[in-house]
Amino acid sequence: MRLLDEENIDDIAVGAAILGSGGGSNPYIGKLMAREAIRRYGPVELYALGELADDDLIVPSAGMGAPVVAVEKLPAGDDIVRAFQALGKYTGRAPRATMSVESGGMNSIRPIYLAARLGIPVVDCDGMGRAFPEIQMTVLTAYGISASPFAMSDERGNMLLIDAVSNRWVETFARSCVTRMGAIGAIALYSATVKQLKAAAIHGTTTLAEKIGRTVREARLKEKNPVDAIRLAVDGFLVFRGKISDVDRRVSEGFAKGGARMTGSGAFAGQALQLDFQNEHLVLCVDGDYVATTPDLIAVLDSETGAPITTEALRYGMRVAVIAFPCAPQWREPAALALVCPRYFGYDIDYVPVEERFAS
Amino acid sequence: MRIGIDVGGTNTDAVLMDGTTVVSSTKTPTTANVSEGIATALRDVIADSGINAATIDGVMIGTTHFTNAVVERKHLTPTACIRLGLPATVCLPPMVDWPLDLRDLVGGNAHLAHGGHEFDGREISAFEPDEIREIAEKIKAAGLKAIAISSVFSPVNATFEEQSAEIVRSVIPDANITLSSEIGRIGLLERENAAIMNSCLRQLAARTVDGFKAALDELRITSPFYISQNDGTLMNADFAKEYPVLTFASGPTNSMRGAAFLSGLKDAIVVDVGGTTTDIGVLQHGFPRVAALAVEIGGVRTNFRMPDTYSIGLGGGSLIDPHPKSLPHREGGTSLTLDSPSLLVGEGAGGWGEVKVGPRSVGYELTEKALVFGGDVLTATDVIVASASADIGDRDAVSDLDAGLVTAVEARIMEMIAIAVDRMKTSATPVPVIVVGGGSILVTGEIEGASEIIKPDHFPVANAIGAAIAQVGGECDRIFSLAELSRDEALDQAKQEASDRAVNAGAAAASVDIVDVEEVPLAYLPGNATRIMVKAVGDLVGA
Repeated sequence: MRLLDEENIDDIAVGAAILGSGGGSNPYIGKLMAREAIRRYGPVELYALGELADDDLIVPSAGMGAPVVAVEKLPAGDDIVRAFQALGKYTGRAPRATMSVESGGMNSIRPIYLAARLGIPVVDCDGMGRAFPEIQMTVLTAYGISASPFAMSDERGNMLLIDAVSNRWVETFARSCVTRMGAIGAIALYSATVKQLKAAAIHGTTTLAEKIGRTVREARLKEKNPVDAIRLAVDGFLVFRGKISDVDRRVSEGFAKGGARMTGSGAFAGQALQLDFQNEHLVLCVDGDYVATTPDLIAVLDSETGAPITTEALRYGMRVAVIAFPCAPQWREPAALALVCPRYFGYDIDYVPVEERFAS
Repeated sequence: MRIGIDVGGTNTDAVLMDGTTVVSSTKTPTTANVSEGIATALRDVIADSGINAATIDGVMIGTTHFTNAVVERKHLTPTACIRLGLPATVCLPPMVDWPLDLRDLVGGNAHLAHGGHEFDGREISAFEPDEIREIAEKIKAAGLKAIAISSVFSPVNATFEEQSAEIVRSVIPDANITLSSEIGRIGLLERENAAIMNSCLRQLAARTVDGFKAALDELRITSPFYISQNDGTLMNADFAKEYPVLTFASGPTNSMRGAAFLSGLKDAIVVDVGGTTTDIGVLQHGFPRVAALAVEIGGVRTNFRMPDTYSIGLGGGSLIDPHPKSLPHREGGTSLTLDSPSLLVGEGAGGWGEVKVGPRSVGYELTEKALVFGGDVLTATDVIVASASADIGDRDAVSDLDAGLVTAVEARIMEMIAIAVDRMKTSATPVPVIVVGGGSILVTGEIEGASEIIKPDHFPVANAIGAAIAQVGGECDRIFSLAELSRDEALDQAKQEASDRAVNAGAAAASVDIVDVEEVPLAYLPGNATRIMVKAVGDLVGA
């Protein structure tokens, strides 16, 4: 166990944006919430799964809805407390701690706010190891952990409980209800015991986000290029350096879809890269060959500052470095891959782990 | 005739324009008392042209004074904030992310109340007049008169902010109230921050604008005068007293608008070369492209539509470092001087391929420290003089510079500019590049990706010209639900709102043009909600 304080939160926010893989919401609001709660209630305990009892109940917490709305209708704070407590009531057991469902963007940090408010620990693990757009897209789904019972609350005190036959159905019902709640909902879901999570969850992701953020901060302090430091911190591969030469963007069914083309520079001169995205980065091709695909992580970074660039911010002329790094091993099991593999997103190719692509 | 004035950190520039002709221009040092500097500049520019003050139709002033007040924490009035949105927004109260010194100075007097709207226009909770009245009584008891009022999604529906203001005025009749919906866009904290800063700057604004008026009176200039806003449009003196925050970042905007005017181009890249930095911006339809990200002023996040500029450390005063690899990183202050023998003829055998220009600079001390001005520091200006591309100061002082070094420095400067220009372009198609600013002599060659390079006359005072030619504008930024409206109807409605606001701000209705339309559909939502931002501008009535 260790304590998370204000500086840790800043680092986690930076790391979470990189783990967002082009998506997730801006962690700014989440960072402020956690910082204010820590100032008021004190630091938050972060536990590794191994430090908890096998039959402890963990209830993950998150937010869902439109990031654009989240910067205007700021959270009440009570909403997430209410959803979390309602789930405990429904399952008939008091939760021991909370954790992240997603370790990209704002949802990496929101559980820390909740933990500070309630004086409970946060567990150093999550269900994605990155960001994905839908509720069922977790390794927890593949390991048979149900997103139901699912609780969603708004600032008014409305509480919605969903007990659905599959995690996909939870997504369907919750997505249509969140619009009526004003496009933002605080949710609690995927309740599980520590024993279940030891097998299913992705371990150490809060610490990983923090390590990435600290790496960026220290590299900047020493006036070193943060890109290499980030690549080392995530055990990744530098896929490309160059300039964005074209961005094509469209929105359909609530998803921001599109692609960006880049032309290489330096060691990558003469190469052309194509990046496709749907809220998050999906696949990367260099000169027509696939070099990295979902669920492995793809981060597009400003080539000088190392700042991650989200799919919404990609723009012609930006000088970027593209890093790909392995997803959590759980994603590579068939049941998990089926949820987020290239074929799920309409690409007629098999998933090949990024490190294998680079080994050859 | 119009006079344009730009009050910068270092210089106050003024131009006198007759229609589209620049009659005279002047540069004077900015003074601690801004009005005095303006009076001097006005006197110079009028004396220079010999015209009668009575023939001046308008004076347009761009100033960084209010930005500096926030940055320097000076002249700020303690201000209360009322936010409507309960039960939402509780965990992040007003001023939550302000630097503590500034929050203390402004007072941190914040109140939350019921009200606010959803993105689709529904109410979050009902408006409670008694609640606002009680809050107003508390603010009155605290002795505050400066107040900012924000409400969730007030860019969609501002009625709760307006109703609250009415109630507050009934309790505090001489209250100075800023509504967030009047000055900002979607992004509650950022818009609210701007509203609070606006209220805390109003006393200073009243004094400053009255000072400008006194300076004009003294010179018997009776014409109306206007202040530049950050979007390149004007506000009249009364409006400027009400909305001082709208002057933030008007400097770069004026410079780009001036470049557009001087070159006659509406779509181009503008390269503004100063003494220490070069700012590159993009003109679209004659106006600067705006930045997408939040901008901090004095440590406070705002979401003003600032010009999207990219700055590099290159200017007339940039230091030249011929062998950056062979010399370990040197700490600030030391610089190569004429005594460094490696700069002289014959020492370039190893080649100058690694030569470094900037980011360190002698800045405003150029006219003392550069070689051509009798100093002992090798600057970019010295190299340009040595290459015979410009004739400033004493050319003999640089006649011994190695020709290879001169060529290498010129090439490096052009390479730095070319990379920055390309970064700001929106497509690979070549575009015209307009070069302005006092350091324009640094641009001596071709820029890759530029269809042409234009160095217009009067380039050193492009910013004052931008102020002189400014128009007036209006904006609309709202989320529309396309369930009830067609996309075309929503666009028409947004354009009408923006045009109406331009006319209210003083534009001649017949001259109003829509200059920018941006649509952003809301991601992660299945519905058909879309955010539409429209900007309209027109000529000043009577100008």
